[in-house]
Amino acid sequence: MTLLALDCVTCRRGGRLLFEGLDLALAAGEGVRLAGPNGTGKSSLLRLAAGLLDPTIGTVTRTVTGTLADEGIALDRERRLGDALGFWTAARCLEPAVEAFGLDDLLAVPVRLLSTGQLRRARLARVMASGAPLWLLDEPLNGLDDDGVARLDRAIAAHRAGGGAVLAASHVVLAGDWRTLELPQ
Amino acid sequence: MIAALILREVRRGLTGSAWLAVAFFLVVAALIPFAVGPDAALLGRVGHGGLWIAALTAALLPVERLIEPDRADGVLDQLSLRGVAEEAIGATKIVGHWLSFGPLLLLATLPAALLLGLDGPTLARSLVALAIGTPGLAALAVAVAALTAGLARAGALAGLLLLPLSVPLLIFGAAASGAGGSAFALEGAVSLLLVAGAPFVAGAAIRAART
Repeated sequence: MTLLALDCVTCRRGGRLLFEGLDLALAAGEGVRLAGPNGTGKSSLLRLAAGLLDPTIGTVTRTVTGTLADEGIALDRERRLGDALGFWTAARCLEPAVEAFGLDDLLAVPVRLLSTGQLRRARLARVMASGAPLWLLDEPLNGLDDDGVARLDRAIAAHRAGGGAVLAASHVVLAGDWRTLELPQ
Repeated sequence: MIAALILREVRRGLTGSAWLAVAFFLVVAALIPFAVGPDAALLGRVGHGGLWIAALTAALLPVERLIEPDRADGVLDQLSLRGVAEEAIGATKIVGHWLSFGPLLLLATLPAALLLGLDGPTLARSLVALAIGTPGLAALAVAVAALTAGLARAGALAGLLLLPLSVPLLIFGAAASGAGGSAFALEGAVSLLLVAGAPFVAGAAIRAART
């Protein structure tokens, strides 16, 4: 089953052509890594896939709900991490995600007091807890330590084994079996 | 999701700037006797107008925290990914914002009326007029917040946008507080128009601000 399909998509941002005629199909269980130099439109492609941007030409079809991990942390900074994550998801979905990213001890800490790396983990836990079959990750390895990277690899593997799909923009190679889509300069 | 969003808005209001806005309202009301002099007869004539000026300036205070933090933090994007319409986000913001600031403002009207030397009937009319008008003010504040979110010097720009747009509400609201009668109906109509239109303005602005 195809979860996400981009058909002959052209994206123009701020008067600049980022990419044109791009085709991409993402089936259940698949992972695609977006690569390419800075400014070639990796983040824009993720936002297109999320439906937050409209393509200049072409169509984007999403058959399932997606969830996005980009620069926006989307957690209320004045609340405790557990409550902030709980806003987005039911408690039973939250528990496995918190455990997967090793956040158990931090649930009572206000989000604004978390370190950069901890915020990154929290952001990924939010993605996992959302239950959305399509994960859109923008540089997911940034700011993660070795333990965090290993946890993310395990989470992605489990998600794909369970019929989910992952589209990740990353200039670092991710563990496991990925198709790479190189965006041209 | 909608109920959770309204609750979140109320919580953020009550733990944050709602108290500040109400304190600001009282300060402005307290300044008016200093400006026009302590003559009780004069204050009685202009007091209810001063109440409205105070309410307007207080409504302007929280504009910067209504939409911009959620836009910058990606909360609006995540809500959109979950299929919540931008108009629904605007509507929940209006309801949540009014709940956190409207009742408090009405409560603060009692000490403000004392400061301005309003008599009993004027106070009663002012309370009704503010109860009718504050939802319109909340709607206007959310729409302006969405329009200015992400812009440099958004606070000053928001003031320039909000204050002229609130003139009809000010005219009929102050008239209703002073004389009552048909001004209540006109104020209600203006307030209703703002409440009905603002979610669509906010929704379109949220979409347009997306980069």
